[in-house]
Amino acid sequence: MNGNSTLAAHRSQGMKAAQLLFPAYLWLVLAVFLPLSAMVFFSFVTEMPFTGKPWSMTVANYAAFFTTGIYAKLLLSSLRLAFEVTFWCVVLGFPAAYVLAKVLKGRSREAIFLLVILPFWSNGLVRVFSWAMVLRSGGILDTLLNAVLPFKVDIDLIYSYPAVIIGLVHSYVPYIVLTCYLSLQAIDDSVIEAARSLGASRFTVLRRLIIPLSLPGIVAGAVLVFVPVIGSFMEPRILGGRTGTFYGTVIEDQFVAVFNWPLGAALSFILLAVVLFILAAASPVMRRSA
Amino acid sequence: MASVEVRNLSRSFGTFKALDDVSISFEDGGFYALLGPSGSGKTTLLRLIAGFGYPDQGHIAIGGESVERVPLEKRNIGMVFQSYALFPNMNVFDNIAFGLDVRGVPREDAAREVRRALELVQLSELETRRPHQLSGGQRQRVALARAIVINPRVLLLDEPLGALDKALRLDMQVELKRIQREVGITTIFVTHDQEEALTMSDRIGILRAGQLVEEGAPEDIYRRPKTRFAATFLGEANIFEGIWTDGRLRLADGTLLETAPGAGRGATGEPGCCLIRPEQVRIAGENDGGTGNRLEGRITRRLFAGNWTTVFVDYQGKTIRVGQANTDFLKLEDGSKVTLAFSGSNTIPLQS
Ligand SMILES: Nc1ncnc2c1ncn2[C@@H]1O[C@H](COP(=O)(O)OP(=O)(O)O)[C@@H](O)[C@H]1O
Ligand SMILES: [Mg+2]
Repeated sequence: MNGNSTLAAHRSQGMKAAQLLFPAYLWLVLAVFLPLSAMVFFSFVTEMPFTGKPWSMTVANYAAFFTTGIYAKLLLSSLRLAFEVTFWCVVLGFPAAYVLAKVLKGRSREAIFLLVILPFWSNGLVRVFSWAMVLRSGGILDTLLNAVLPFKVDIDLIYSYPAVIIGLVHSYVPYIVLTCYLSLQAIDDSVIEAARSLGASRFTVLRRLIIPLSLPGIVAGAVLVFVPVIGSFMEPRILGGRTGTFYGTVIEDQFVAVFNWPLGAALSFILLAVVLFILAAASPVMRRSA
Repeated sequence: MASVEVRNLSRSFGTFKALDDVSISFEDGGFYALLGPSGSGKTTLLRLIAGFGYPDQGHIAIGGESVERVPLEKRNIGMVFQSYALFPNMNVFDNIAFGLDVRGVPREDAAREVRRALELVQLSELETRRPHQLSGGQRQRVALARAIVINPRVLLLDEPLGALDKALRLDMQVELKRIQREVGITTIFVTHDQEEALTMSDRIGILRAGQLVEEGAPEDIYRRPKTRFAATFLGEANIFEGIWTDGRLRLADGTLLETAPGAGRGATGEPGCCLIRPEQVRIAGENDGGTGNRLEGRITRRLFAGNWTTVFVDYQGKTIRVGQANTDFLKLEDGSKVTLAFSGSNTIPLQS
């Protein structure tokens, strides 16, 4: 083929791709870019415009983060929460994904899969309130344990840090299960068998083959959990009570309680910056595993 | 290196008998082919020897020692999978070193062994490549090197050449045979390619529907098969059906065929069949007397394949193949009448 016609072919292909992509880009602009730019604008004003009060441009909302220290402290505890939730999600989700992908077959696999996906289909609020009923003193877990155990136990996890962790792990573990399931599925069974026939124990196979080969799935799932958990507010608020004040709940307060949208917007962008920074710092690891 | 002894082995999946009372012994240092159509239980037999799963019944001994209670990672067996099953996250060197690593072989010793194995399969320059950067034939060699570097007692190969194209396949057949001779390891080789089985192995076992139909040296199975299945599965075959009459087979038109003595002969009055290979049949001249079996037929087709010619002769509505290295066959005309001659000693009675 001669150079000109290939170029032309490429160009017409590019045109076709542009036509196909246009609706998606339009949607992105409308749904993401416009609201986001509005929020950027809000984060630099003293008072919400259109409310009749006088307003001016300022950086005070961002300065508040650095001058008071309370927000930074809350952000740190949110980060810690996100790390812990991600950790428990991986610890619980990876083995579940392994069993789904490599142990169960046919019907039983479908059934268990459904159970794992179920939290996705239930309303988040319902889910969190159900946990509140379970974890309360005199609640479901408490009553159940006291019914079977010969001694009296008092389970009162509600309004505590562990309750927040439990609620969040339950909400987010399906992400880890799904991403790990996909990468575990892709591992050829005969590769595992070959390792076993070469004398490797089950543990060695896990350490040297299964975990390295499913690392992309683990990392992708961890990111999917980590990022939203930093900004989460529903689970901390309902299950954490007074202990449940985190960065996400403070942002929520600015929007729904104190109506200080400019501060809320500024805090949100600081969170976004921190998340992007963490992802960038972790990206060499992720790229290596992918 | 060791012999492998399989006795009365059975394995079912649900109600389906994948292996049904199979007994076979593989001698130390031999090269065995397990041959059979797809689904005949070849892989199942190989996997049981390797220790992937346990038999429902029967015994397996490797090197005279029973392995029923030995888990697979302790059996010290080299296995090559049809899909090669290389470790995608490791380079060629690490793939081959894996078995030595898990055995705790010191680094320098392991490296030396790996390099030797790489030399054996002629891949020394590729040790830092990843599996996805290799061609099919190269992956095959890596899989082989990885299996033999642990110095296994037995080498098991499950259709190792199945995924290669014809030319590469022939190269690898020669290569595999050379490596097996060099290492001197007992090798069990599964294939559904009869030519591969004939050219490569010292002995062949033919499986059908989970049962071992026949076992023996390639020439013996080819020349004097005992069963109709083996006769037709291995090589080209002309089969005649008829009624046994004092050790001779009476065909439908009343012709009596002389047959070689053998267990396939039935008692007088019993129906039976016998085999004559295409290359054992001659086209006799007009006044060429002679003894043995003679049949009159008509040429329907001639197939010239360079060094070989096959002539298809119609005899009583049945097509008989005659194969000769003789190109004079080409001078014969389609439709002309010919006399086919073949000796009774090459006419092998078969059990059906
Ligand atoms: N794990 C299994 N579960 C159910 N059926 C199986 C399993 N493994 C093999 N089979 C059945 O056993 C028969 C023999 O299989 P296999 O040994 O793989 O045959 P071959 O290797 O000769 O093609 C096949 O019909 C196959 O469907
Ligand atoms: Mg098979």
